[in-house]
Amino acid sequence: MFALVDCNNFYASCERVFQPQWEGKPIVILSNNDGCVIARSNEAKALGIPMGAPAFKYKEVFAKQKIKVFSSNYPLYGDMSSRVMQILENYTPDSEIYSIDEAFLKFDGFDYFDLKTTGHKMRKQVRQWTGIPVSVGFAPTKALAKIANKIAKKFDSRTQGVYIIDSCEKRVKALKWTAVKDIWGIGRQHSKRLEAQGIQTAYDFANLPDSWIKKHMSVLELRLKKDLLGLPYIKLEDVIPTKKSIATTRSFKSNLSQFHQLEERISTYANSCAEKLRKQEGSCSAVLIFIRSNSHQKNKKQYRNSCVITLPYATDSSLIISKQAVNGLKRIFKDGIDYKKAGVILLGLVPAKERQLNLFQPDLNKHDPLMQAIDKIHLRFGPHKIKLGNQDLNSTWNMRQEHLSKRYTTELTEVFTVNNNSNIIL
Amino acid sequence: MKKAQTSQQTIVFFKPNTEVFQEMPLAQNGVSAGFPSPADDFKELRISIDQEVVKNAEATFYARVAGESMQGAGLDDGDLLVIDRSKEPQDNNIAVCFIDGEFTVKRLKVAEECIYLMPENSKYKPIRVTEENELIIWGVVTFVVKKV
Repeated sequence: MFALVDCNNFYASCERVFQPQWEGKPIVILSNNDGCVIARSNEAKALGIPMGAPAFKYKEVFAKQKIKVFSSNYPLYGDMSSRVMQILENYTPDSEIYSIDEAFLKFDGFDYFDLKTTGHKMRKQVRQWTGIPVSVGFAPTKALAKIANKIAKKFDSRTQGVYIIDSCEKRVKALKWTAVKDIWGIGRQHSKRLEAQGIQTAYDFANLPDSWIKKHMSVLELRLKKDLLGLPYIKLEDVIPTKKSIATTRSFKSNLSQFHQLEERISTYANSCAEKLRKQEGSCSAVLIFIRSNSHQKNKKQYRNSCVITLPYATDSSLIISKQAVNGLKRIFKDGIDYKKAGVILLGLVPAKERQLNLFQPDLNKHDPLMQAIDKIHLRFGPHKIKLGNQDLNSTWNMRQEHLSKRYTTELTEVFTVNNNSNIIL
Repeated sequence: MKKAQTSQQTIVFFKPNTEVFQEMPLAQNGVSAGFPSPADDFKELRISIDQEVVKNAEATFYARVAGESMQGAGLDDGDLLVIDRSKEPQDNNIAVCFIDGEFTVKRLKVAEECIYLMPENSKYKPIRVTEENELIIWGVVTFVVKKV
């Protein structure tokens, strides 16, 4: 069985941990330089604030509807994410950090009753230890776990945040409930084509003949179909591209302990992320990297760490993303550790055409022609033909972050303050 | 005088023995950059306060005290609090609480029909928490770091 654990409204939830007065109130989080809305609480969604809403256009709406605005605080989100992931990884040796706020866990040898209990236990522990609410979906395959998670989240009061697809009936019901465009890994192009064919739900899709899918789509969609039928074709760490999140996280075949070995891995992961980013015509605002030893080899020295590099402006350049990922690695790398796993996650994704022009960065697009050329070469001659040397990025960064909360968990000078004066007897 | 004598008696100085010359192997091919220093094997990690105060890294947070209401418990203005959210709050614990829109740190007193947030300074009065108040017990304080 697989579990997908997903943090509810993750960025908004992180802000609420340290400012609980915004619990139950509408919150939006803005992209770098306070450009556009990149995350919303449920309350803000209900008020009709769209994703990507430009902040300057919505300024009055925010004020009138009493919507609390935050600048994106990636160091905070990155640290809170690593706390959640660490707690989850203690439940099973097989896991995959799928994005900053989602992880797949593989459970073997648990019966269904245990799983439900485990799900609630995970949920309670993550909430108590970190303050972050999560939803848990269990199913025999990753694609179904994704759907189970959606059900757990959508019907929160009925499911208490945990849902298990453990019978054929439940699976069929779940598939019929899921629209084609909401199937994990089905892109917009494909979902349009399917809808045009009269394929409305995941159930319809799962009943298409293999030959049709092979002919009109690709092997990925075929594997998705098998997964939806309950046959686990998609394994942990198999890459399923989606628009929402770009991450490359891998366990190494053997342990790595030298800086240059990890540097090579991190740089490669960053490159593959950047390529995916350009494929979907997006750019990113921050880069999270993490490294860790094998936590299930208890006799060895354990170490894990992560860090977030916030970029001065959104970019899709492999050069910048890879360079900054390696900078992050320099900050957290420690000698004498056998590393088993590493990953790069891109944060703050915005469409490339909407990225903010920064007055003080006139050469913002300077890598565009180069990136296009690299992508073309890779397309023609196969991936990874062109690798990057290190490139220095010496610029003073001057970002607009008018609504930035503190870096409560990563800077000692920015921890929150408890006021002990209000009950004074005058 | 006597003291000096005693110390002379107890301190033994070791000198390097230069009489026996021992041949050491020479690294013929040079040392590549990134080759670990042989001394690394003997390197001890320095004492880290984390070992003492952080029991659950994932659940540990820090906060700064402002105000004097908990002076009696040794929590002074400007002190740094170590908060362990993995600990289940109990009666008599010192905890960071969020009450009616504000963070504060107090000692928890569980009564029959309400909870009291108790100050430890006679200039301050207890805060009585009933169903009408919104209280979040944010986390139990396990250590306090202060400058002396």
